[in-house]
Amino acid sequence: MAFLLNFLGAIGAAVLGFCGTVGRIAIFAASGVSHIFRPPFYGRELWQQILQIGFFSLPVVGLTALFTGAALALQIYSGGSRFNAESVVPSIVAIGMVRELGPVLGGLMVAGRVSSSIAAELGTMRVTEQIDALVTLSTNPMKYLVAPRLLAAILTMPVLVGVGDTIGILGGYLVGTERLGFNAAVYLQNTVNFLTGPDIVSSLAKAAVFGFIVALMGCYHGYHSGRGAQGVGRATINAVVSASVMILAANYVLTEMFFSS
Amino acid sequence: MITLRDVKKSFGNNHVLRGVNLEIPRGKSMVIIGGSGTGKSVTLKCILGLETPDAGEILIDGKPAGQHDRDEMLARFGMLFQGGALFDSLSVWQNVAFRLMRGADKLSNDDARDVAVEKLRRVGLKADVADKFPAELSGGMQKRVGLARAIAAEPEIIFFDEPTTGLDPIMSGVINELIREIVVEMGATAMTITHDMSSVRAIADEVAMIHDGVVQWTGAVGKMDKSGDPYLDQFIHARAEGPIEAVR
Repeated sequence: MAFLLNFLGAIGAAVLGFCGTVGRIAIFAASGVSHIFRPPFYGRELWQQILQIGFFSLPVVGLTALFTGAALALQIYSGGSRFNAESVVPSIVAIGMVRELGPVLGGLMVAGRVSSSIAAELGTMRVTEQIDALVTLSTNPMKYLVAPRLLAAILTMPVLVGVGDTIGILGGYLVGTERLGFNAAVYLQNTVNFLTGPDIVSSLAKAAVFGFIVALMGCYHGYHSGRGAQGVGRATINAVVSASVMILAANYVLTEMFFSS
Repeated sequence: MITLRDVKKSFGNNHVLRGVNLEIPRGKSMVIIGGSGTGKSVTLKCILGLETPDAGEILIDGKPAGQHDRDEMLARFGMLFQGGALFDSLSVWQNVAFRLMRGADKLSNDDARDVAVEKLRRVGLKADVADKFPAELSGGMQKRVGLARAIAAEPEIIFFDEPTTGLDPIMSGVINELIREIVVEMGATAMTITHDMSSVRAIADEVAMIHDGVVQWTGAVGKMDKSGDPYLDQFIHARAEGPIEAVR
């Protein structure tokens, strides 16, 4: 009996702990978002974060998209040849990159690069009392540190993913025309004809949501980092893992919303 | 004047402050001493609003700290952190002028830089340090920059958290002298946390010893050596034997 009670108690404690964490993240997110709209605004910090999160992530997102698009073209050609459906390569590469792989892989790559960097930076600031110093200098850390990162990620991720989608399609195009013998004009024509407005809108909307998740997880775990190097290390791991899992979960929910009908 | 009445603060089962009563008169320099983990830093963080006390009252000029406008209240404070807490991503002058470049009365970049260079000079640093980054400075220089940042907006109340920790004895003496000079010159109320007895004798008008979450002894620095309090005696004479357990 005692064993059963302990077992149920452990389950209850885990559920309560999970609910508590979800609640804390929700409150943190609401506070961060509210500071985006309330003055004072820190334009210099926002610009720095746009460069850091968006511009400097371009190489990693671009390369990921290029090789993914290229591999996708090969796979679809190989799979499609079983049904004499090789001609679908341009359309499936386009739809696969724009609807799914562009935003998801872009989001995951940025989660690895940006969530970890934000968590490590804010964690170090917490450990070295720089966040306390901000408070004593009459500066709200949520406004100065969190809001610019959230806004920068929401603004730059759609641009990053838009560029990534294009480069991914280019990867498929290069393989299709150079390796698989597609006619260049026909390949492009098929791509353009097959993609619809909602495909592109869903891609960019997913990107904005993933950007928010990436910055939120980095900020939340960094801001609440434990003491010492170990605390910062743990915050970094938690940020990347939670951002990645949340991106995949959010991707399913958003796909249901956009395409279930 | 800062008054603490029966302030209590716990972290889980760790009862750090068990009822701190303390009065820091306007324009005086109060030094709080005590062993590691006795609640000195938590006391300071409670006054600054970085921690919320579980019970008790903190009054600033007779008014509960929570009833003051937070930004206005913080604008009256300056703080030197133990590790400097300088912002890595900003240059030295931007660190010093951080507060001056924000808020309703913010200065232009040029004016803020001029003030920052003047404050750096006041703490014994040359103008060429202004454009460096904190990581390029030695520990003593970082402490001085932290001190310059703490006094940049000419606050009425200044807190110093272990100002000489990690410094060599000569640099400790320099920092102690600077703190004393600046506090006298500005007429500010000062509260310093330290366990460096040379700092206590150089900086303090009044001394309070915190032990086990309460103020064990408080009085003028001149009376410290003849207090007759066994806890204070053990602490200031650095004895292993006495009422304070060496291993806590």
